[in-house]
Amino acid sequence: MVDSENVKRVLLQGNEAIVAGALAAGCRFFAGYPITPASEISELLSIKLPELGGTFIQMEDEIASIGAVIGASLAGTKSLTATSGPGFSLMQENLGYACVAEVPCVIVNVMRGGPSTGLPTSPSQGDVQMARWGTHGDHPIIVLAVSSVADCFSVTVKAFNLSEKYRVPVIILSDEVVAHTREAVALPGNDQIRVIDRVAPDVPPEWYKPYADNNRGVPDMANFGDGYRHHVTGLIHDDMGYPTQNPQEVEKFYKRIHSKISKGFQDIQVTKTFLMEDAEICVIAYGSVARSALKAVRTAREQGVKAGLVQLVTLFPFPRKSVDMYLRQCRVAIVPEMNMGQISREITRINQANCRIVKHNRIDGHLISPDEILKRIVKA
Amino acid sequence: MLERAEIIRQEYLRHDKKFPHVWCPGCGNGIVMGALLRAVHTLELSKDEVVLASGIGCSGRMPTYVDFNTIHTTHGRALTFSTGIKLAKPELTVITVMGDGDSTAIGGNHFIHAARRNLDLTAIIINNSTYGMTGGQYSPTTPYGSISTTSVYGHVEHAFCIAELAVTAGASFVARGTVYHATHLEEIIQQAIKKKGFSVVEVISNCHVQHGRRNKLGGAVAMINSFKENAVRVNKAEKMSAEELEGKFTIGVLADVDKPISTEQYKRVVAEARKNAVKNADEKEKTKVKRYE
Repeated sequence: MVDSENVKRVLLQGNEAIVAGALAAGCRFFAGYPITPASEISELLSIKLPELGGTFIQMEDEIASIGAVIGASLAGTKSLTATSGPGFSLMQENLGYACVAEVPCVIVNVMRGGPSTGLPTSPSQGDVQMARWGTHGDHPIIVLAVSSVADCFSVTVKAFNLSEKYRVPVIILSDEVVAHTREAVALPGNDQIRVIDRVAPDVPPEWYKPYADNNRGVPDMANFGDGYRHHVTGLIHDDMGYPTQNPQEVEKFYKRIHSKISKGFQDIQVTKTFLMEDAEICVIAYGSVARSALKAVRTAREQGVKAGLVQLVTLFPFPRKSVDMYLRQCRVAIVPEMNMGQISREITRINQANCRIVKHNRIDGHLISPDEILKRIVKA
Repeated sequence: MLERAEIIRQEYLRHDKKFPHVWCPGCGNGIVMGALLRAVHTLELSKDEVVLASGIGCSGRMPTYVDFNTIHTTHGRALTFSTGIKLAKPELTVITVMGDGDSTAIGGNHFIHAARRNLDLTAIIINNSTYGMTGGQYSPTTPYGSISTTSVYGHVEHAFCIAELAVTAGASFVARGTVYHATHLEEIIQQAIKKKGFSVVEVISNCHVQHGRRNKLGGAVAMINSFKENAVRVNKAEKMSAEELEGKFTIGVLADVDKPISTEQYKRVVAEARKNAVKNADEKEKTKVKRYE
């Protein structure tokens, strides 16, 4: 493997690639609390961040970690935290705060078996619906899934970009298999990475309305200390950021934070497809399972079965449009997951094409093998 | 005096905010807010450089009314947000206002760790011995035997002494004042803001509506007067016997120590990390060995 000018080939594990992606996206603050299988992200950032003039801090728990992350982001620094299921549970309240106050931040959840202390530290995909609905109240949020070390880098960059662009917390769901798999990846050079930053206000401070609507639905964001003194709260607020209970203002607020995400569906919803052109059977998978699925699909093709893979990179907002298209194309959709069927319920929900949905669920703490998926494809 | 009050009203309150505020008539929160604004004014801090953070409860509404960079966070977590803000922009003066339940019940862990960590932050804790906003339930500082909406037969637990807790947890500066001693309060808040390191000001305040009414402590005036009667200066208390101090509490500066501040210390980490990174890059260049990183 040769280093070209712009591409660097390196041997990394998933957690290390997340660090590389975060730093490439401009992340300069990390707050976290030790938990397996996410700790390598903390350890590596405690070395890398100060090298780049950034800040690492280990907080007293995960609640504090996401609190510090939100604070740092409000002061203008792109911020990250990483945890696993138990810690992600603790973060839910402040995650909702970031949704309401529209604070960009990225949260990595390296999933392990749950609930509770659960199955440390075997892989799982049990936190999928929690990532979408874990915090209370109606809220928009973006959830992305990584399936390989290369993904860990590119999806993390994407997560920061979406977070900054839409002023919304973005959750990256990884799992123990992706986190600890080491493989050679080609990391793009900094000149090949597109980095998006929050839009700063272009009006004088006295005209600034921190939560006013605009054509993007995403208010311009001033950082603390930049001269645009304003109020940030977890209460439902008016254009100025002040608490309100006025029904018109309340409704307007909720509608805007939802519509800013739906306006960006094309940009946010990412799916990858393999061998889908003429497929009659599709496997819809995400995370490490998508890799087993790809192997299964390729083997099926060798056996003459017209199978293809739809890999979900964006889990939420659920990529309804593209999945719907493949459900209309195929007679069977196989949905392998390391849970009892958290994404298959989304697929069933949107299935209007009478496509047969076959669930394949494994919850014994082991990765779903290509053979298991292949058997389902052959039977279908 | 009146002129100064008018300047402060004009300069520091948010006039585009829909007043009135949420506080009950006679509440001590306004006195604390006034003392804080006078302290900031006296210290001649730029409003753009001041961050006022709060948690949840009656005290949590204070940032809404004042013209700084303000943030109303989640219950008990204000200090964690402040930690992030301070680390990201160390040049900002970050002040956190909390209540007794906010800082020592739900936020107790964050409070002691903020004190241990010793960032350059200022915490003002308004202690009114109850959860006022939610209807007067017992808090970690509700006195033993007191009546609250969740201890109608008398409270069976014992109260925290917040300032003493902060001293033990390692805060650089700890002081206690009351809403009766408004001038003194302004002075200790000034000292706390000026102090490099984690500073705590506990303010004994009144909730005559919830705590006072149920325990027959009288209205706002009677409760505030009782602070005058029961407060003993720290240096005077040293010469008093335990019997004499029964039912009293100390006011003044309880701790003022100089120790390394973690934000300052982190600069050393950054310098060493950079030196190391340069060294590693040089070595790689010298050996010219292609290897996976």
